[in-house]
Amino acid sequence: MARISLKDVRKSYGSTDVIRGVDIEIEDGEFAVFVGPSGCGKSTLLRMVAGLEDITSGTLSIGDRVVNDLPPKDRKVAMVFQSYAIFPHMTVRENVAFGLTIAGASKAEKDAKVAEAARILQMEPLLDRRPSQLSGGQRQRVAIGRAIVRKPEVFLFDEPLSNLDAALRMDMRMEISKLHKQLGTTMIYVTHDQVEAMTLADKIVVLKGGEVQQIGAPMELYHHPVNAFVAGFLGSPSMNFLDVEVVEANGDAVTVRNGALDPVTVSRASGDYVAGGRALLGIRPQYLVPAADEAASALHGTVGLAERLGTETIVDVALKDGKSLIAALSQDAILEMGAPIGFTFDPAKCHLFAARSA
Amino acid sequence: MASRFQHSNRAGWLMAGPAAALIGLFIIVPFALAIVFSFTNQRLISPNPAEFIGLDNYRQLLGVATLTLAPETDAAGAPVVENGEVQYPALRGYTRNNPDYPGLRGMREWFSFDWGDNRTFVLARDVVFMTAIVNTFIFVLVVAPVQGGLALGLALLINQKLRGINVFRAIYFMPVVVSIVVVSLLWRFIYDGNSGLLNNLLGFLSFGFIPPVDWLGNPSTALGAIIAMSIWQAVGFHMVIWLSGLQTISPTLYEAAALEGASKWQTFRHVTWPGLRNTAVLVLIVITMQAFALFAQIDVTTRGGPLDSTQTIVFQAVQRGYGKQDISGGSAISVILFVIVLAISLTQRWLTREKR
Ligand SMILES: Nc1ncnc2c1ncn2[C@@H]1O[C@H](COP(=O)(O)OP(=O)(O)O)[C@@H](O)[C@H]1O
Ligand SMILES: [Mg+2]
Repeated sequence: MARISLKDVRKSYGSTDVIRGVDIEIEDGEFAVFVGPSGCGKSTLLRMVAGLEDITSGTLSIGDRVVNDLPPKDRKVAMVFQSYAIFPHMTVRENVAFGLTIAGASKAEKDAKVAEAARILQMEPLLDRRPSQLSGGQRQRVAIGRAIVRKPEVFLFDEPLSNLDAALRMDMRMEISKLHKQLGTTMIYVTHDQVEAMTLADKIVVLKGGEVQQIGAPMELYHHPVNAFVAGFLGSPSMNFLDVEVVEANGDAVTVRNGALDPVTVSRASGDYVAGGRALLGIRPQYLVPAADEAASALHGTVGLAERLGTETIVDVALKDGKSLIAALSQDAILEMGAPIGFTFDPAKCHLFAARSA
Repeated sequence: MASRFQHSNRAGWLMAGPAAALIGLFIIVPFALAIVFSFTNQRLISPNPAEFIGLDNYRQLLGVATLTLAPETDAAGAPVVENGEVQYPALRGYTRNNPDYPGLRGMREWFSFDWGDNRTFVLARDVVFMTAIVNTFIFVLVVAPVQGGLALGLALLINQKLRGINVFRAIYFMPVVVSIVVVSLLWRFIYDGNSGLLNNLLGFLSFGFIPPVDWLGNPSTALGAIIAMSIWQAVGFHMVIWLSGLQTISPTLYEAAALEGASKWQTFRHVTWPGLRNTAVLVLIVITMQAFALFAQIDVTTRGGPLDSTQTIVFQAVQRGYGKQDISGGSAISVILFVIVLAISLTQRWLTREKR
């Protein structure tokens, strides 16, 4: 019913290109998350879907209609803003019913729909309060309530949780996930937080500099990132990248090494590597295993700062070649600062990328 | 603790001192003096010492009474009619040395109305001052809503992201920086009875059907002409206040309203206007107070005429205090104006208070 499709969508402000040709398909009922660093154009893209920004070129369709030139109200979308955007002079009830008031709905209809939204969001006791008497999380609930009463075909969320504290953020994340399962409506959710992206999304769109880097299911992106940016952006702590020298490139098997890394053979996903050239080897901190015998390990360094989080210990390692590395160790081994440490890892879980251009 | 407080207090007083002294000298002292003078018979220059005369000044200014008279009858008891008008006994008989009506002594007719066969005369001790009060209230009641509304309309027009919008902002604001005295002088030319701009324009637009009007010289148009000119002069000022109010409203609220499908009018009614509540109170109170102080326009254009049709409270205060050197009478008028403005401001604040 409400598939969303962006075809070569672009946006420029004067001579600055903010969105540089984006192709995204979002299926009906899908939860899509646009993720990327601050300033990469996520909000701009979302606002173009909402109709709050016009589209410089390209085609945007919602359902089977091209909506490029449709005003926001005719797109059947509802949006939840980072700043909540609830009306300060109206009670919660009036805020939630706003869209219905605008559409001239009867009082009975409004009451019924507001009651239903309040039940879904568990905010019945708040209905007669004013926004100034609400906490941040409650305000965001009101904003979501206003979005759901109109039964839109698409929900748009622009960083809805960034103004909340960590504990509340987790609660609301689950609420939003539950809401999506309950309503089954297409949703686009914008965030710079990869945890939100990983936990909420059916489909993640990673953006950088106004361009799509990769689109796919969270685990697909996690395990098969197409480039170093995606690899480094998803996962926490982020992936380690080692500057390596290609020793030998033999079909799909590429052998690399550097000052701290003994030669290791990994299989290439893509790209051209020639012996003597440079490359980037990505290893997630979780896949590093400390070797009992330092001499038998592949990666050599000394222990720096260690942070014990309970479930895992994050160790900052100074590699032999002077670079640093983060390892996430599952056991709470006693690590002595300055002691030599070696790691082994499964080459199959490494990622090889083209060297960073100088 | 105490010494530190006193120490910084001294520095504070030193810094606030010059301003406080000037405010005291030019605002608080004259204000207190006006109240004191209003209970005396002080004159601007007089060899006799001032005497305390209680509320006489106020009685003189505000004294009002009614007198209902039956028509004069002839010998047969029928009303006397002359030139088609029923005749009533002369008021002089009641207001001059009539021992039966001591309260009416010195009063003059302000206006009258018929009540059955009888006619009720409303008498005032100072008819000109009564006219001034009425004119001032008419001025305020017209200027406050019209100027406030026009200013809001301009602010809404100007609060758009259009190229060159600053040119319009500057144009609308320009009359504000021109002194009202200069504005009044210029508008005298516009309103001129023979070849004024307004008469020429109306004549041109109506192909000569509208005859020239002496806008400021005609009792039925003079006050209206001054009202129009005053609205034009200060509308830009209030436009800027509205504009600042408009810009405090978060743009995301408009976006949310647009997504919810609100029309232009619905957006204004549900988002803009509630967001302007505090600005509206401010604009209303400022316009009201400025309008009550109407003086310069009158002084430059009509000086209260023609036939007292543009007398105002402040003009009366100045005329009486300096023109007639009756400083105590002028002071009493000032105090009356102060009480009126205070009462209205408090009422407005109460009416527009945040209801919880
Ligand atoms: N009105 C504008 N004029 C010019 N540049 C803009 C405008 N709005 C946003 N941008 C630029 O577009 C880029 C993307 O912005 P935005 O979509 O808000 O990023 P984010 O991914 O953080 O939400 C930013 O570099 C920003 O500076
Ligand atoms: Mg953003």
